Amino acid sequence: MRLIDVAQFASGSLRGSPTRTLLMMLAMSIGVAAVVVLTALGEGARRYVVDQFSSLGTNLVILLPGRTETAGITPGMLIGQVPREISLDDAEAILRSHAVKRIAPLTIGSATLSRDALNREVVVLGSTSDLLEVRHMSMGIGKFLPAGDIHESTSVCVLGNQIKRELFGNEQAVGAWVRLGDRRFRVIGVLASQGESMGMRTDELVIVPVASAHQIFNTSGLFRVLIEAKSRDAVEQARHEAEEIMFQRHSGEKDVTVITQDAVLATFDRILTALTMAVGGIAAISLVVAGVLIMNVMLIAVAQRVREIGLLKALGAPGKQIRALFFAEAALLSAIGSAAGLVLGYAGSTIIGQIYPSLPVSPPWWAVLAACTTALGTGILFSVWPARRAARLDPVAALAGR
Amino acid sequence: MIRLEKVSRSFTVGDQQVAALRGIDLNIAAGDYVSIMGPSGSGKSTLLNLIGLLDRPSSGAYRLDGGDVTALTDEQQARVRSEKVGFVFQAFHLVPRLTAAMNIELPLILAGIPPAERKTRVAQLLENYGLTDRADHRPDQLSGGQRQRVAIARATSMHPAVLLADEPTGNLDQTTGKEVMNLLEQLVEQKVALILVTHDPALGGRAARQIHMVDGQIVRDTGRST
Repeated sequence: MRLIDVAQFASGSLRGSPTRTLLMMLAMSIGVAAVVVLTALGEGARRYVVDQFSSLGTNLVILLPGRTETAGITPGMLIGQVPREISLDDAEAILRSHAVKRIAPLTIGSATLSRDALNREVVVLGSTSDLLEVRHMSMGIGKFLPAGDIHESTSVCVLGNQIKRELFGNEQAVGAWVRLGDRRFRVIGVLASQGESMGMRTDELVIVPVASAHQIFNTSGLFRVLIEAKSRDAVEQARHEAEEIMFQRHSGEKDVTVITQDAVLATFDRILTALTMAVGGIAAISLVVAGVLIMNVMLIAVAQRVREIGLLKALGAPGKQIRALFFAEAALLSAIGSAAGLVLGYAGSTIIGQIYPSLPVSPPWWAVLAACTTALGTGILFSVWPARRAARLDPVAALAGR
Repeated sequence: MIRLEKVSRSFTVGDQQVAALRGIDLNIAAGDYVSIMGPSGSGKSTLLNLIGLLDRPSSGAYRLDGGDVTALTDEQQARVRSEKVGFVFQAFHLVPRLTAAMNIELPLILAGIPPAERKTRVAQLLENYGLTDRADHRPDQLSGGQRQRVAIARATSMHPAVLLADEPTGNLDQTTGKEVMNLLEQLVEQKVALILVTHDPALGGRAARQIHMVDGQIVRDTGRST
């Protein structure tokens, strides 16, 4: 029997009972669509997080005061010591490492920003000119903080986009004076609108030179030091050297924590990939259920078509040909079912993408491949038994409808 | 052509052995017209199934065209069925979702004959059996006589050497039954061996050679061919 005739015969018998065929295809396509949509969501979440991290800057190493031990407590804390703070000199010293391209020290706090009668509470970020590059910020108008001595507390500030709008409306902000805490600052630039990244809205920030921030808040320690390594390969070296420099400067005490963005990113990546695979796997169970359904319906089909099978045998069809016919039927069902499921799944993810535009929803290729092969696999696997049963029917009994 | 030697067939019913055929010796040549008659349960259908290779004897030898076919595998037997045997059933056994033409084509498809040749053969058969205008009708749109004509056309589509008919007129009225018998008897003239199973003596009496069976044994055979 020719292959095309097998396919034609199988599709003929599928068309012969349209309701049954349609229901089985529906089950199959829902299974495939579920895998596609759920993995698309998981993958979307993963890419969202990865994007957020890379918007933070590339090849970043972050230095923060205090050492996180597994117990969450440092030996010093037991005798009432707080970890030694990171000073501006410490931050500058890190630049000695050859692996480090630039650094941006960070001091953070809140203060009242006022212009004439308007005032509001703002988050003040103290940093240096390199922050712009390190954090991938972009300027809307004017200039960012001037480069120069890190200790110099010039009275200039850069406003976030939203702050500018609230305080100045459509008026010119650059060149104007504002009051921040008890000091007057001249606005030298406004950041471009960037929205949120990693929970920090740059639109609602006021950025001043780090030394000025220290004066406003009356501190000398740094909240973070962002270190940008020269290349991706240099990240590990930069991390190591930053740790070493701090170790020496803090008289042999390891009282800082250095984390690399890659490490955090890799962890998130792993967690979310595992999550995607888990939901995909759960969805794949529905495919197996669809497979069992196919087996059930194929068994009914064999029972219903006993006479036809008997006839085919009488007409000279060997067992393997009858098996092939039932296999072809199952394969055709699963193939069409999974094709419909793919269409459904892609449509579903597109709709979700429309509803949540910030989520980059797209099903990963491996999930699509896995869904289709699982659908085809279960369809064919679960038709083995019905097909064998059909092939083994005794022709005399089958013709009599027994 | 058909040679049965001491063929027996027994079934296990519950824990009892029931003999359906006991030591049948039978020779049938090409172009023979044989009717097998007997009361129900006499083993005539079992004998027909054995000859048609749908069943295997419990003991004895069956030679078809000189070769022992009892020793063949299922697959080889299916091939012999496809090439040498045609069946006509009382219940017609047409595939309900296929048209008359496609039902006739079925054995040719199963045998893997190229589509072009299938088409010409089916067209010829439809014409021979006066079914050309019924080619695209499904079985439920055909009368009983037309259905059996489709079944006969299907049985002859592979040019079999033996045609086995089990009560072919059982579901038909007198007139159409006679028509169907005429069609079957025409095949005998083309050197096809026709074996007819019936319990109707009038129908069986039309055959040149009549075999009577009782209790799985041949009790009367009007003409023994060698």
